[in-house]
Amino acid sequence: MWIKSRTNSLGSMSDFDEAQSAVEAALAAGARYADARVMHRRYESMRARNGEIEELTQREDAGLGVRALVGDSWGFYAISELSDIAARKAGRVAAEIAEASATVPGRRVELSAAAASIDSWAGGCEIDPLAVPLSDKGDLLSGATKTAHAAGADLAEGVYQIWDTAKWFVSSEGHRIDQRIRECGGGIWATVIGDGETQRRSYPSYRGQYGTRGWELIQELDFGAHAARIADEARALLTAPLCPAGETTLILGDEQMSLQIHESIGHAIELDRILGWEAAFAGTSWLDLTKLHQLRYGSPLLNIVIDPTIPGALGSFGYDDEGSPAVARDAVRDGIWVGVLAGRDSAGVAGLPYGGSVRADGALSLPMVRMTNVGLEPGPHTLDEIIAATDDGIMMETNRSWSIDDKRLNFQFGTEIGWEIKRGKRGRMLRNPTYTGIGPSFWGSMDMLSSEIVQWGTPNCGKGQPTQVGHTGHPAAPARFQNVRVGVRG
Amino acid sequence: MIGPEFLETVTRALPGAEAEVVVRRVTRGLTRFAGSAIHQNIATETDQVRLRVHRDGRTVALTGHDLDSLVDRARTALAGAPADRAWPGLTPPTAPTSPGNEDPETAAATPADRAARVRDFVRAAGGLETAGFVSTTAYRASYANTLGHTLEGGTTEAALDGIARTGTSDGVARYASVRLGEIDGARLGARAAVKARASARPEPLAPGRYEVVLEPAAVTDVLTCLGHYGFNGRGYAEGLSFARLGETQLDDAITLLDDPVGPGGGGLPFDAEGTPRDTLTLVSRGTVRAVLHDRATAALAGGAATGHYSDAGFGPLGSCLHLRAPTRQPADEVDGPEADSHVAALVAQVGRGLLVTDNWYTRVLDPKTLVMTGLTRNGLWLIEDGQVTRPVQNLRFTQSYPQALGPGAVLGVGAAATGQPGDRLGTAYRAPALRLASWNYTGNAAG
Repeated sequence: MWIKSRTNSLGSMSDFDEAQSAVEAALAAGARYADARVMHRRYESMRARNGEIEELTQREDAGLGVRALVGDSWGFYAISELSDIAARKAGRVAAEIAEASATVPGRRVELSAAAASIDSWAGGCEIDPLAVPLSDKGDLLSGATKTAHAAGADLAEGVYQIWDTAKWFVSSEGHRIDQRIRECGGGIWATVIGDGETQRRSYPSYRGQYGTRGWELIQELDFGAHAARIADEARALLTAPLCPAGETTLILGDEQMSLQIHESIGHAIELDRILGWEAAFAGTSWLDLTKLHQLRYGSPLLNIVIDPTIPGALGSFGYDDEGSPAVARDAVRDGIWVGVLAGRDSAGVAGLPYGGSVRADGALSLPMVRMTNVGLEPGPHTLDEIIAATDDGIMMETNRSWSIDDKRLNFQFGTEIGWEIKRGKRGRMLRNPTYTGIGPSFWGSMDMLSSEIVQWGTPNCGKGQPTQVGHTGHPAAPARFQNVRVGVRG
Repeated sequence: MIGPEFLETVTRALPGAEAEVVVRRVTRGLTRFAGSAIHQNIATETDQVRLRVHRDGRTVALTGHDLDSLVDRARTALAGAPADRAWPGLTPPTAPTSPGNEDPETAAATPADRAARVRDFVRAAGGLETAGFVSTTAYRASYANTLGHTLEGGTTEAALDGIARTGTSDGVARYASVRLGEIDGARLGARAAVKARASARPEPLAPGRYEVVLEPAAVTDVLTCLGHYGFNGRGYAEGLSFARLGETQLDDAITLLDDPVGPGGGGLPFDAEGTPRDTLTLVSRGTVRAVLHDRATAALAGGAATGHYSDAGFGPLGSCLHLRAPTRQPADEVDGPEADSHVAALVAQVGRGLLVTDNWYTRVLDPKTLVMTGLTRNGLWLIEDGQVTRPVQNLRFTQSYPQALGPGAVLGVGAAATGQPGDRLGTAYRAPALRLASWNYTGNAAG
């Protein structure tokens, strides 16, 4: 048969042998370092609109990807066939590709040190999401979207997504690691169509909510309990006053804060961007490595931690895709930039002693620097205290649009809903809220931060060429910012 | 013809089901460079089967590598899947429009072939730091369904997208084609370097409304957003699109096609539902004539499927959007920062405005009005009295795209369209430059 692959079920198969064969073949073909990942991933999603289930989708991917470092040049080759013969060929081809890379050579490649772990790791999962009956899942989505539609949404949508990933990693330094990670999440949306524009409310956020957890996460979200509310709010937005234009005090809800962190801190501290390796597409960073441990990124309230060890958060794992163990480290401490997201080769160039943040979107994708869980430590306030302390301002919740420049400085975000804040109380609803700013001055203006941390998950982070979709986590809490430009319109 | 063979297995295992099978092989090579060196060099070979089955009012769609496993999972999923009352049925036997535009040399390209073009680009940049990629991709697909409809086809694509960098500016050059042989690394490297040097030390400029000349790279962003939102059959059927069939909503200079099968067109000649793709006129001289449909959205809107099924979750998407230009006359190189002589001809008509190389990170604020925000990138210049006078710093815009292309708003179209890389695998664009009366810049480097 033209297409053929191993069909063992997840959790019982072991593909160390193929990975080992690929590494051996790459070394035999001249590589001074090689690693290989076999990955097997199952995916399931279901969508509903206005009470009707749309297509049920199930995908299953398996494959092997091998990296070979020949001299100071890399090659990567990936295949969807799993066999010893194919794996050995893949190792040889990866080395040949590296030789082609050497015709346009770069600087010396030194990998930062990483202990050669031999380990097995699995994330937490109380209820296997793929074992939940499809009829139960369908009832959940059709019920919630039917409720929202009946409550006034022109378009009520719901979705869940499930990923179940097993991977086996082998390196020429002696790594031998297998991992099993299950991810799950979803959301519901209510859209109303007015005269010339649309309004939307989402629950629990525009992207839904996701984690390295089982179906219990979906159960906790309780879509049905929020369906009518989001439809009501979307309908009310159509006639709400426009967000005023000007400079004001801005309070952001925790979900919008998670995206603000993702876009203007998480991507900015990716070492491959800082080194210019993504300059042509994803972009670079405004950060200069010579300013590490000196640069003020934001107010003293700003403490950002890179932590892939958070149980259940979407960016959690046991080891990254270079075999580096999950370790928590500071990125911003008391407002000062102190750390980056790195891989072993970028860390080697930068002279840093750690990697640990390299992942790939499947076996066929090249591992690259990605966010893990990048987020806030709790602040000293509560949202109620922040509102009560605000005489005149605007509060914005639930992301609707996002745009930022290629250096991760100049951003503009829109949210689904805004609220006038007057004399310490939440007032009128505002429609089409937007705000814009420049990263360090914006973060420098943060003068109140809540302690009410939520572990938000972002399942759609795009980076690289061809674009890989990453899953990232962002502990976030409501915060207040001063002198922010709001109400930008076309 | 492997699709029909696979279908036999499905019909034996799932008798009585409506079923369709697509078998796809993608061979891809991507050579990325940064710091003027190749730093990522990738090749992949992937085989995939997509199986969609409808039985007893339930539908499941599955993809994977092993047909037997897919059939087993389909049988299990059908037993528990919710009812699908919107099943649009399978595509009946339909004559193919084209086998697809394929180039054997591109399909057989090696890492050395790609590296050679990178080397040419780097050398032609004359010592400036460079970054970018050269890619080659070959697709083959075979389709079969239980109504007896079968199709076979393929396509190839090759692209170079690179920047040259000074300490204060970047300049870009990109080109895409079905044929790797048309990718000239040296020409593109030299162009990127000219643009980078010409945009060095840019000065701040106050935001506001400016007349603009959008180069083909920036026009490609406009086409992408029009395709995703305005001409998406799902959005159209649900009332989320600006498009109204038969109405003149854009300037009469605008004729927009989706054309994977025309000369130079990229993309497979049919979609995963087995609907053949043809040259589809979306806009003719400003009047909206069609939107992109799969079978489900066509049924919803009361139209016909156009071959634009996508499993990306956004509804039907374009495969090769082509903004028609007046001629096919090749452009000449120019001394200034303009991409080519066709762009320079438009610049010469501008009293005061901006020359825009590229739009970046554009996101929708409202899908119906198609108000987008984004930034300029890779070179922005002030035009005064028909001449590029000085580079300016990047600006943020907040602009309705249909409004920017509205009746009377298009002051000029570049003489010929050029191939531009697609934003997704298996897509491509053909775009000329545009001279537009107004573009709303709402912020600058100060915020």
